[in-house]
Amino acid sequence: MTLDQESVRHLSEVSVSVELETPEMTLNIGPQHPSTHGVLRLMARVDGERTYDVRPVIGYMHRGYEKLAEVRTYPQITTIVNRIDWVSGYANEVPFMTAAEKLMEIEVPERALWIRTILTEMARISSHLVFMASYPLELGAATPLFFALRERERVLDLLESVTGGRFHPNFNRIGGVKPAYGSGSSTRKMIQDLPASFFAETKLAMENVLEACEQLEDLVAGNEIILARTRGVGVLPPEVAAAYGVTGPNLRASGVAFDLRKVEDYLPYDQFDFDVVTGENGDCWDRWYVRLQEIRQSARIVSQAVDSIPSGPLQAKVPKVIKVPRGETYVRAENPKGEMGYYLVSDGGQGPYRLKIRSASFSNISILPWALEGVLIPDIIAIMGSLDFVLGDVDR
Amino acid sequence: MTDIFAGVMSNFWVGLGIKLGIVAGLIPVVGMIIGFAEMKLSAKMQNRVGPYYAGGRWGWAQLIADGIKFFQKEDIIPANADRQIFKIAPALVLASTVALVVVIPFGPGLAFRNLELGLFFALAISSLSTIGVLIAGWSSANKYSLIGGLRAAGQLIAYELPLVLSVVGVVVLAGTMNLTTIVEAQIAAGYPYLVLQFVGFGIFMIAALAELSRIPFDMPIAESELVMGYLTEYTGFRFLFFFLAEFANMFTMSAIAATLFLGGYWLPGMTEEQMIVAGPLILAAKVFLLIFVMIWFRWTFPRFREDQLQRIAWKVLVPLALANIAVTAILKVVI
Amino acid sequence: MTSRSIPGYGLAKGMWVTLSTMFKTIFLPKKHLRTVMYPQVKETPVPRARGVIALDQEACTVCMLCARQCPDWCIYIEGHKEEVPPDKPEGRIKVRSKLDRFDIDYALCMYCGICVEVCPFDALFWSPEYEYSEYQMGDMMHDMDRLQDWLKTVPEPPELA
Repeated sequence: MTLDQESVRHLSEVSVSVELETPEMTLNIGPQHPSTHGVLRLMARVDGERTYDVRPVIGYMHRGYEKLAEVRTYPQITTIVNRIDWVSGYANEVPFMTAAEKLMEIEVPERALWIRTILTEMARISSHLVFMASYPLELGAATPLFFALRERERVLDLLESVTGGRFHPNFNRIGGVKPAYGSGSSTRKMIQDLPASFFAETKLAMENVLEACEQLEDLVAGNEIILARTRGVGVLPPEVAAAYGVTGPNLRASGVAFDLRKVEDYLPYDQFDFDVVTGENGDCWDRWYVRLQEIRQSARIVSQAVDSIPSGPLQAKVPKVIKVPRGETYVRAENPKGEMGYYLVSDGGQGPYRLKIRSASFSNISILPWALEGVLIPDIIAIMGSLDFVLGDVDR
Repeated sequence: MTDIFAGVMSNFWVGLGIKLGIVAGLIPVVGMIIGFAEMKLSAKMQNRVGPYYAGGRWGWAQLIADGIKFFQKEDIIPANADRQIFKIAPALVLASTVALVVVIPFGPGLAFRNLELGLFFALAISSLSTIGVLIAGWSSANKYSLIGGLRAAGQLIAYELPLVLSVVGVVVLAGTMNLTTIVEAQIAAGYPYLVLQFVGFGIFMIAALAELSRIPFDMPIAESELVMGYLTEYTGFRFLFFFLAEFANMFTMSAIAATLFLGGYWLPGMTEEQMIVAGPLILAAKVFLLIFVMIWFRWTFPRFREDQLQRIAWKVLVPLALANIAVTAILKVVI
Repeated sequence: MTSRSIPGYGLAKGMWVTLSTMFKTIFLPKKHLRTVMYPQVKETPVPRARGVIALDQEACTVCMLCARQCPDWCIYIEGHKEEVPPDKPEGRIKVRSKLDRFDIDYALCMYCGICVEVCPFDALFWSPEYEYSEYQMGDMMHDMDRLQDWLKTVPEPPELA
């Protein structure tokens, strides 16, 4: 899309006119809309119900993370980075910590890695449950929302009992997880390990999550109306998806069995037994179903981890004032929304010189102009919803 | 007592006034009761509580509070809107619903006006709301409302045909279009027409859901896409009209379905005097059962896409209804 | 995923889920209804929940570490040095810092916990209290005495596994 006179005129068209120019009506599915997952603006040129050109306009939520990271120290950046993809808060902190640890060449203790894995998988369950709740709502069914969010509350309560925060845990530290309450003489001895009731409550929560998955499958999966709305709609062939940089469940639904948890070693996933779920056709139904199955696989991982977690220290020995030596590295992780990567350039100071964030949703919605060509208006909502993006992740 | 009643009613103007008063009072009250039932039932289906604080622990005053809230809102009309048509649209929709109540038999001889062509009148008047919806969408000067209004026009016109054709089977069996006589025919036969006309009943309920623009057929409103469709620009009292009209229309459509297919105010084994007293209650129970099914459908299913909706109407329901008429007519002659 | 060849089977399964949920919610609310009727009934938050920060004025030595490390710069500290007479008649005069002003602006605070973590003198604590909404933005600035009051609500840490 070139920035010529035509497109600039369209971009600046803010007022909605009344003339009935149905051959080429520009419908502004505007920044404020019940279904755009945030402030995404779609300029759709429609002819009746059929669209023939959709251009997304992003940037309404740009908060300047990369600039903020240049003027803050590493512990401070941990506190803001979990707000990029706010639905799965914990999963955003882990690759950043891994990048800094790689440059400092610190080895993270076993227990800390296992705790990170448990909390990341809980973040994945939480994010996919939000998708389970909101996607049928966009198609018109209001009931799965409550079933999914009811179980999400249990997972968030678990996250809160360990870290203190539901959405913004701020539990990672360079070298492991948060070891102690504070730095004073008595607060240094208050270890922030997993509480005693964590294991029993986690087992109960995973059972309830699996039960809710059964209920959601009964309510949504075989429903003829859902099948009519989502089967064959928004088919992404695997070559096109890979070419646009689509990752995560969207890519796996097109049949590509690519899961960074099996490829990278930022967390000890090789010690757990789980499957990589793929779909067949790459339509909206497959993307929904892949996420449902991923909830089940994540519950499996959490149950295994909670059974046999090793004991040990929570954080490696790090100096009080953290300075990362010179160097640059790129660490990528399997976030719930897709592949998230942090490219960290350090010049030896207390904060990074440059932090580039490769967010999953930005690449995922780059496929929207291709996917939304020639579809009906209700299909725009169905396809957009099935990509499961969050505007905080798109705009950073 | 009945002499005074007959005497009062024999004076045309007083009788008319009382009847108008009852009809005008019935619609908001019924609308509020059904609205409250929908809020509570949908909450229980979704594993939550529903209205709780308004009015003790039951929340029965929630809709009264909502009504007062709508009354005191600012009346906003968009600057580019066509003012007269914008104001008429809600009135048209509510008027067609109110006019339908006139022919429903609440008991033997207890219809407000027992028309010979009662069924024909009911179906014709109910299609007036289509015009109201279309001009609401057009006059709002909003592209979303326009899309919603045009979708509504297509949908409501498409589902008129199955609605009308599905009741022809009942007319063939009963031999008349007078609603009270249809109930009396069911009493004489001893069974409600649901037993013979189950296909017609199914088509009528589906077409009624589509006429009411309820999920699974609520493309014109489509809350997650069009921000309320043709209702987007309506606030305050005007929105209350549409809101009440939807619930009152649920009542009237269910009442017609109950009269035609379920036997109206009659239960097997009742005498004439019992029916005069208990008739309205029995009709209300049957209507509530049908409304429960409508609410159940709304909160379980997602919505159809517009082209799938049209396909169902034209390719599935209309041929089925025509086949139903043919089979009923043949069997009525043969048996 | 099972889709039998009977048309409408998926719809019927969905309807059964809704109906059974409705009956369970109406007739067995103790087991199935998880709604907590706030504000008549309040859930107690977990001990580690980050609700509000409490200050122990006695322990604070005005080292300014918390104010410096705060990512939002929402802690305002002012202090002055004063001389304390020596314990013994021949000892030196000690100079101690005294706290004049310690404000945390909760309209800016993002509840990250860095201040609690870096304080070397055990002066800041987390408390799970969350009901301190105000009508004016200015009232969200909690001063020294209010922060001292929150100290009463700091719970015992949970038992570890």
